[in-house]
Amino acid sequence: MIEVLTGSPLNTIQDLGRPRTMTLGVSRGGAMDSAALKLGNLLLGNDIDAAGIEVVFFPFKVRFHADQAFAVTGARGVARLDDEPLPPDWAAKARAGQILTLHAPANGARSYVTFAGGLDVPVVLGSRSTDMKGGFGGYQGRALEAGTRLAAFPSDAKDMPSSGYGLAHPCDLPENVAEVRCLPAAEFDAFTDDSQALFFEQLWTVTRTANRLGYRLESETPLSLRSPLELLSHGIVPGTIQVPSAGMPIVQMADANTCGGYPKIANVIEPDLRLLAQTQTGRQIRFIRVELDEAVAAVRADAIRMHELGLALQSARATLLAR
Amino acid sequence: MIRISCAGAGALLLDAAHGAFNDSVQERIWAVARRMAAQPEILQAVPGVNNLLIVFDAVQYDPATLEHSLRAVWEDTLVDASPAREIVLPVTYGGTFGEDIPVVARFAGLTEEEVIAAHVSGEYRVAAIGAMPGFAYLTGLDPRLAIPRRASPRVSVEQGAVSIGGGQAGVMPCTSPTGWHILGKTEEILFDAHRAEPCLFRLGDRVKFRRVG
Repeated sequence: MIEVLTGSPLNTIQDLGRPRTMTLGVSRGGAMDSAALKLGNLLLGNDIDAAGIEVVFFPFKVRFHADQAFAVTGARGVARLDDEPLPPDWAAKARAGQILTLHAPANGARSYVTFAGGLDVPVVLGSRSTDMKGGFGGYQGRALEAGTRLAAFPSDAKDMPSSGYGLAHPCDLPENVAEVRCLPAAEFDAFTDDSQALFFEQLWTVTRTANRLGYRLESETPLSLRSPLELLSHGIVPGTIQVPSAGMPIVQMADANTCGGYPKIANVIEPDLRLLAQTQTGRQIRFIRVELDEAVAAVRADAIRMHELGLALQSARATLLAR
Repeated sequence: MIRISCAGAGALLLDAAHGAFNDSVQERIWAVARRMAAQPEILQAVPGVNNLLIVFDAVQYDPATLEHSLRAVWEDTLVDASPAREIVLPVTYGGTFGEDIPVVARFAGLTEEEVIAAHVSGEYRVAAIGAMPGFAYLTGLDPRLAIPRRASPRVSVEQGAVSIGGGQAGVMPCTSPTGWHILGKTEEILFDAHRAEPCLFRLGDRVKFRRVG
């Protein structure tokens, strides 16, 4: 049993989301930095899509009421088990009574706390992710309040090396300017030549309204269409970059509406969504244009890297346990 | 005729719109969506308003191959008239939940009663489901009521609000921001994640409103 000690309307239970619910109007949802959630699960020998906690509001504290293996991945901040600091991208074993504290990260915006076995909350529409808009999934369809008690499923990984273990080279997080690759979208050519160029040349600042629904961006020069455009509502996926008439782009994120009507200039490629998820408010991003074959290659390379990481961690864990 | 564009590596958007909404194009969209959704490589086929989004796993499947297949299915699909259900929603018009009726009346050059009469007498069709859980884009709105969306959306509109916007009608399935204009309220539950069929509406349903207040 785990008890959340610090409440926040921003910290939620997430897994990899709902890949087949758009026809119900239900967002994909899931971890904003899905790679960090996957890594947290792989460190513990969990299924890759087990549910963990997405932490956006710090400091975040949980008390373990029983011995429990856990991992902390994602944003780079000070994490302590009682007084003992934990390295980044690290799994450890807590004893009953210990408290895990995550402090505000110097770099990155979202941390993930995963638990051996994965969090035991009901599957709703194919996922354990919290859907705040619909008020279902996760813990009773809402964010984690102080005093919320959560259980993890039983797991073999409880006999993890007691010293803990993790990545010698933690995952990259965006520093200074995040370089985010994207593909031109349906209305790219409807923007003026200047706007098409500016989209890739200007640095874009992540505004304070950035959340799980979308990231509103700002820069010096707004983008403009060659002529006004009225679109009928159409399906949109996370990563879609819409440009409302004011000319400042909005990147649709995990909890975005499933349909929209604003012109779309580009789509962030799937493996780079995590870079946006980890870009703090006030920091800047640059969009890098790629072609479809490069985007597909990047998606596949990412999947292979994750698979190989899983195998490497499995063998590392076995070696450490045999000692 | 149709335009297909990439929405990232793992999604394609087929746009069949030519100006205003077209009923027969929409019936073809539904039929193509059903056929695409039945293909094992497709994760989801999401009908929009005169357009269709297909989503797949780009790790396993090639976007170029799926674009070819989508185009072929579109060319090969005739509109099939599947039987439509009829759903009637009781609505209380005006009052707290009809705060935009005066605005719509001024826009349309109608009296407030005429606005209500125009809305309640409409025969609507569920063209697409999306945006928020269980929200249906209803076509068939009296063109006199085709008022543009509000210049700035309301931050929060209550579940059950009966609304119009962009030439379409709708009902808010959950409390959420919206730029649509509010005419009334229904008590029907449009979405429940825990029901066997979460959405009240299905694509193609014929929808009518019945005035109860």
